[in-house]
Amino acid sequence: MKTKTENQTVRKMDRRYFIKSSSIGMSGIVLGMHIACSSRPDEIALPPASFEPNVYLTLNEKGDVFIVAHRSEMGQGVRTSLPSIVADELGADWERVQIIQAEGNEEKYGNQNTDGSFSVRMFYMPMRKAGASARLMLEQAAANEWKVDVSECKAINHEVVHEPSGKKLSFGQLAGKASELPVPDEKDLRLKKRAEFTRIGKPTTLVDLKDIVQGKATYGLDATIPEAKVTLVKRCPVAGGKVRSFDNSKALEVPGVIKTVQLDSPGFPTQFHNPLGGIAVIAENTWAAKKGRDALEVEWDFGPNAKYNTADFANTMVKAANTNGTVRHETGDIKGALASADKVLESTYSIPHLSHTPMEPPNAVAKFENGKCEIWAPTQNPQWAIGSVAGKLGIEEKDVTINVTLLGGGFGRKSKPDFVVEAALIAQKADMPIKLIWMREDDVQHDFYASSSVQHIKAAFDEDKNVIGWNHRSVFPTISGTANPTAQEPSNGEISQGLIDVPYKIPNVCIETGKADVQTRIGWMRSVANVQHAFAIGSMLDEIAEYRGKDAVKNALEMLGKDRMLDLSGIKEIYGNYNEPLEDYPWNTGRLKSVIEEVASKSNWGKSLGAGKGQGFTAYRSFLTYVACVVEVDMSEDGKLKIPEVHFAVDCGQVVNPDTVKNQFEGGAIFALSGALKSAITFKDGQVEQSNFHNYHVARMADAPQDIYVHLMDSEEKPTGVGEPPVPPVAPALANAIYAASGKRLRDLPLKV
Amino acid sequence: MAEITLTINGKTITSPNVAEDMPILWYLRDIEGMTGTKFGCGMAQCGACTVHLDGNAIRSCVTPISAAKGKSITTIEGLSEDGSHPLQEAWIEAKVPQCGYCQAGQIMNAASLLSRNANPSDKEITSAMTGNICRCGTYNRIKKAIKIAAEKGGSQ
Repeated sequence: MKTKTENQTVRKMDRRYFIKSSSIGMSGIVLGMHIACSSRPDEIALPPASFEPNVYLTLNEKGDVFIVAHRSEMGQGVRTSLPSIVADELGADWERVQIIQAEGNEEKYGNQNTDGSFSVRMFYMPMRKAGASARLMLEQAAANEWKVDVSECKAINHEVVHEPSGKKLSFGQLAGKASELPVPDEKDLRLKKRAEFTRIGKPTTLVDLKDIVQGKATYGLDATIPEAKVTLVKRCPVAGGKVRSFDNSKALEVPGVIKTVQLDSPGFPTQFHNPLGGIAVIAENTWAAKKGRDALEVEWDFGPNAKYNTADFANTMVKAANTNGTVRHETGDIKGALASADKVLESTYSIPHLSHTPMEPPNAVAKFENGKCEIWAPTQNPQWAIGSVAGKLGIEEKDVTINVTLLGGGFGRKSKPDFVVEAALIAQKADMPIKLIWMREDDVQHDFYASSSVQHIKAAFDEDKNVIGWNHRSVFPTISGTANPTAQEPSNGEISQGLIDVPYKIPNVCIETGKADVQTRIGWMRSVANVQHAFAIGSMLDEIAEYRGKDAVKNALEMLGKDRMLDLSGIKEIYGNYNEPLEDYPWNTGRLKSVIEEVASKSNWGKSLGAGKGQGFTAYRSFLTYVACVVEVDMSEDGKLKIPEVHFAVDCGQVVNPDTVKNQFEGGAIFALSGALKSAITFKDGQVEQSNFHNYHVARMADAPQDIYVHLMDSEEKPTGVGEPPVPPVAPALANAIYAASGKRLRDLPLKV
Repeated sequence: MAEITLTINGKTITSPNVAEDMPILWYLRDIEGMTGTKFGCGMAQCGACTVHLDGNAIRSCVTPISAAKGKSITTIEGLSEDGSHPLQEAWIEAKVPQCGYCQAGQIMNAASLLSRNANPSDKEITSAMTGNICRCGTYNRIKKAIKIAAEKGGSQ
């Protein structure tokens, strides 16, 4: 699903190749960065990445710097963080930098799939080299002007200084001469030392902040073209169903309704790129479209999933979790360990389906004219959308343009191209430009849901209460089943999310998965399968600590054992490691230990709390980032849950923008609390029972912890992601805290306090 | 369908032929092309659409445009001319937004709170703001920004 960087070179670009923008001065340096990417095989086939440039930097003779942001901004701060890396190495004055959002274009920008917490991980070094190349060209241009050696010239704060004489030339003055120079060889680049960073590791305010607070930022829902007509779609309430018959006569009587268009059902599984089918209502404005849609009369054929019932399915998963499954990791002899154990602890944990519900629901503007399609959309993955639109419309990819807007939240929902394809198809069929809007009910009832799951863990102890066996069974409908009708068990990608790479030193380990049918659209949501795995493992560790009569932090440190690179030889297949080689990003138990010690210290772990109060702890690695979390709860007033403090200790390698990292963790805690305490999607006869925020509950201000502290480790390791890693440890740390405060061991999400 | 006259951000506007039951939200966005006010739920559950009607915060997604006849609407675009309202400045100081989509509604709701209560307690802030959802989870920074603005006289 993800691609990785293999190598990168910088070259000077032909300016005609540069992004279309009248605001860019067409003199000076234009650099393109080629990043070689290779796809790794995964369960979800995405369009292949190719050897193409993906970042552009322009400096004109006025000294204006333009940096192209080629990844999608959904609140994770990437439009700020990646350009700030370029600007730092360039020696630019950040105030002189302007950001231009790239359109979706694989040929120009390479991978734009903004997903999996890997933008900074993948592009940190390419961005630094892009900036350093331009810096060296400016320094060389100044050296030539002053007839001195380039080593005496240094770019600082938008000018080049000749250190011995104190002579200075501004970037603008040097732009013309620099542009005539060849791009330096990579071996001649001098990347900054850590102490020389001006922006990396220091707080940088979001580039869109002022626009946001004035209501000027343009999200997908705000993008329009004058002739576009608002469109709502009535979709079958059961995924995989189709229209049997319909009557649009009353809809067409609604003032402002222009026409209706029928869309075919994709059947089931639906795939990720197919719209669900149904009847589109096209109108002069949203209100008319909504009233028109309400007036449609549709008879549905509910299709193969009409018997999907959450209660029945939970029973099926519990059965599977209590039966031998497919062994995915085996070390030692689990049967022997369980048979000879002095004691076996056994627990079952469950989580429900969840919906992403970004505040901005899916939407897109599409125009189809003369065999070409232009789209404006809040998409996390413009390239997948381009390929999917071209395929569905029967046109070539070069005839599809996608303008990427800001995203009003994404969380993985807007990676899927279905809504973009839906808009394009309607524009083609209706032969008019349209603006597709999903109402909140459409979003809640037709999402790609996070998997519901049942997890079963047995821990075996010897008579000294040492853990001698670990048998974990994970059961959930796999994401792969949305694309592949025969997929019934968790994929390699999903089990590599915390299930098979359990870091605790236990001699006998057996990790299995069980079968679960996919009966709705399953998709990845922030942190994906880490959520169910962290909840089960983090909770079980607390149960183990209790049985052993040990403090939870001390127990975790003891079970972690000596610092080492995790031995993953017991795994029956390749360990995914978030598509990075283990030699570059090893599973380092020492880094997990360090964040555990840090969070224990900063949270004052084990402090004396009154009755009805307690702390809970979980440590977890996801997306190559190491996180330890302590949650403190106060249930002393009638058992009502309050959360005075949440502490995170985080090792995400070199921090680029501490503001963003902290904000992601603060927000990640709240996002996780929605899943831990409030949210559940349930099905009855194949239909989602929730429809909007009145019955699909999410965390509100009243649910927020009083204080959330984020403690960043001072790390020089390679940077890794922070979008998803905050989420997994929060629910188990909270459940453990509730146990400490109340003696209630809660094993089912959302927690019923 | 009817002719509607109302004031938006200080400007009096007459629109012929508007569906009287059209929510103010869609009137602002689709008829006036003012997109600062956001759609989030359509049933007064999330607060993304919050605007002021004669100075009071309302959920524009469930308030029909007929209710604004002869009245004055203030949207995020009209809260200040240049982003200098104390709440907008406090939002920048506290670095509140992540995706930013809900923040216009948050700011408009907070402005209404401060106009009623110039110095709200934590509890009063939570009580007033808990109808506004932020899926990015910026609640603690929102609370901090409201306090900053209150200290600087944010009710103005």
